[in-house]
Amino acid sequence: MSDTTDSGPITAADGTPLKRSLGRALRQQKLRALMLIAPLLLFVLLSFILPIANMLMRSVDNDIVADTLPLTVVELKTWDSDSGELPGENVYAAFVTDMVAAIDAKNHTKLGTRLNYESTGMSSMFRQSGRKMKKLDPVADAPFKEKLIKINDGWGDVEAWREIKTHSVRTTNGYFLNAVDMRRTPEGAQSQPEDKRILIKLFGRTLWMSLIITGSCILLAYPIAWILANLPMRTSNMLMILVLLPFWTSLLVRTSAWKVLLQQQGVINEILVWLGLIADDGRLVMINNQTGTIIAMTHILLPFMILPMYSVMQTIQPTYLRAAKSMGATNWTAFWRVYFPQSIPGIGAGSILVFILAIGYYITPEIVGGTKGVFISNRIAYHISSSLNWGLAAALGAILLAVVLLLYWCYDKIVGIDNVKLG
Amino acid sequence: MKLTTTLLATTALSVAASAVAAQEMTIVSWGGAYSKSQKLAYHDPYSEKTGVTIINDDSSAEAVAKLRAMNEAGSVTWDVVDVVAADAIRLCDEGLALEIDADTQLAAAPDGTPASEDFGDLLVSDCFIPQIVYSTTFGYRTDMVGDTAPTDVCAVFDTATYPGKRSLEKRPINNMEWALICDGVAKDDVYDVLATAEGQDQALAKLDTIKDDVIWWSAGADTPQLLADGEVVMGSTYNGRLFSVIEEQKQPVAMLWDAQVFDLDGWIIPTGLSPERQQAALDYIMFATDTQRLADQAKYISYGPARASSAPLVGQHADLGIDMAPHMPTDPNNAKNTFLYNYEFWADYRDDIDAKFQAWLAQ
Repeated sequence: MSDTTDSGPITAADGTPLKRSLGRALRQQKLRALMLIAPLLLFVLLSFILPIANMLMRSVDNDIVADTLPLTVVELKTWDSDSGELPGENVYAAFVTDMVAAIDAKNHTKLGTRLNYESTGMSSMFRQSGRKMKKLDPVADAPFKEKLIKINDGWGDVEAWREIKTHSVRTTNGYFLNAVDMRRTPEGAQSQPEDKRILIKLFGRTLWMSLIITGSCILLAYPIAWILANLPMRTSNMLMILVLLPFWTSLLVRTSAWKVLLQQQGVINEILVWLGLIADDGRLVMINNQTGTIIAMTHILLPFMILPMYSVMQTIQPTYLRAAKSMGATNWTAFWRVYFPQSIPGIGAGSILVFILAIGYYITPEIVGGTKGVFISNRIAYHISSSLNWGLAAALGAILLAVVLLLYWCYDKIVGIDNVKLG
Repeated sequence: MKLTTTLLATTALSVAASAVAAQEMTIVSWGGAYSKSQKLAYHDPYSEKTGVTIINDDSSAEAVAKLRAMNEAGSVTWDVVDVVAADAIRLCDEGLALEIDADTQLAAAPDGTPASEDFGDLLVSDCFIPQIVYSTTFGYRTDMVGDTAPTDVCAVFDTATYPGKRSLEKRPINNMEWALICDGVAKDDVYDVLATAEGQDQALAKLDTIKDDVIWWSAGADTPQLLADGEVVMGSTYNGRLFSVIEEQKQPVAMLWDAQVFDLDGWIIPTGLSPERQQAALDYIMFATDTQRLADQAKYISYGPARASSAPLVGQHADLGIDMAPHMPTDPNNAKNTFLYNYEFWADYRDDIDAKFQAWLAQ
């Protein structure tokens, strides 16, 4: 013992310096901890981070034009798209060579579909011309300019060639422009024609309706959470089951139940007619519109508001209220000045949860929303599964993600994320 | 020596047999009453015969998107897919469906007629093996139309005589054609008009007159439900679904066969399968589309078999015991005024018109 205090640094029992030995022990501990969380980390990485990264890539990725028409794209570089004149024979010849190869590989219809996202009419043009161009020989049948225009007069339109040239870049901002109702043109970004401008409106509607849903959830959930937190344990547990029961029921079942309740021959309308409150021919339209979406989603998301509120309210001491009242506060002042401020973290947590869930909701608006009560997520689903415009769907998804992150940041600045309690 | 060879051969054979017995096959279809009819008429007999286990996947509505995704990912998990003709043409064009030689890869009719003649004009694409002829048509509530039951498809656009909601499919196909017919376009000119931008606007303008009265459906079961609830006075859907509302559920609903649109539904085999799986899929197709099998399906659902040789074999409904022939869309009484659906037109123009229609819908 006395030896070690006399000379050199402190060592561990095996003679190595204590600092190093301690460092090694800590490192091992960290490694063990890392291995414990490794399965989850890998899972999150593979099933969450990677798909999101892949989606973000898709929103700018545009290889298809340059890959399908490699020669044409090169030839088009020298063509002045503002001249108002058709490209020369060299472009047409390159186009025929590319198309014959593409038709052979069955890629030309995909390209037509891609260009159709930008200007309707391109898909049918590619498909129809494809059938006739199959028979052309890229060498023997030259020149092609006249022949192509005869096959489909669309090839005699400068617009078609401008479209191909504009979208021949490998990385494009076109999808993002489309997502905000603009389009990529040779003259830069321009707004879409009037009848195609729908996405900004849908984004606005999604935000606005999510706010209304969050608001109505706060109004409905606050008194319920208060009652739950202030009743004796036995009764409140009973009531809690009533809150949780719908929470455990399938989403589809609950949404379909709202359909039965809200439709024009539904339970609510029948009762109102029976009571004589509305006439038989004046039944309320409460479904397949915004009202339907708001009612059904408020109900479905309500538990996400009640639970955080309840767990926060449970921690508020009832003695504070009594103290306030004993010092002369009225019931309202005691609630507003003493109880309410302490319950704000619960409201905050519930609101974030409900709002973020609402903004990305898909299935309920799809079932009860008709055409006026659908969200941007329904549009994304449409582009994923029916129009197959994955680039635009990815761009819309990326924007939605950015909006949620931005709102989260705002919330952190205004309310503070530390103020949020989930239990 | 000889014994060893025999032993080896038997072992190899039994191994091969057990490999086949354990085989599984994923068949994609539309779900509901339709998948049930396929299970009873095709899957069960096939499993019994070969020992192959058949797994049903009800994803036909998204078949094009999913096949494209699988193809891109390089792993196709479906063996046989049930799609409508227009989707089959599209998949064939994109190289996502296998080309079939009807005469060598499909069963001939019992009298020896080759399959290509037996199916005739219904082989609309090289990749498509037709199964049924169905029609999209309207059904209406008999108790909600007053004394004058509709006989004309234009009743759909006549909200003054027939007030109430209508249900229409949430896609342009068929709706655009009906709109033009009711806007005074002659039946033969419909597709010529629809090929122009003005024609498309004209159809949408006609649909605009009833836009507020329409509930849009996307699943075949929606309209039957809406009709049964009395939510809509009339609505379009597939004729087999209306048959089940009227005959099986006995709802006060009647068929409006006027201007029904014939369409085809059938199989495709995805490209990119391993040779063994592709062979198994072809084997299934050969069995499931023979004359007897196609006729059997009509016992369970009122769709007409796609083979000419199956028609005489169509009998009675398996449970209800009623004659199926008068419920077929092709029955002369029902087919007085039909509209011939143009597959090639829709294969070419679907992207164009779909984009316009969806934008119109969202306005």
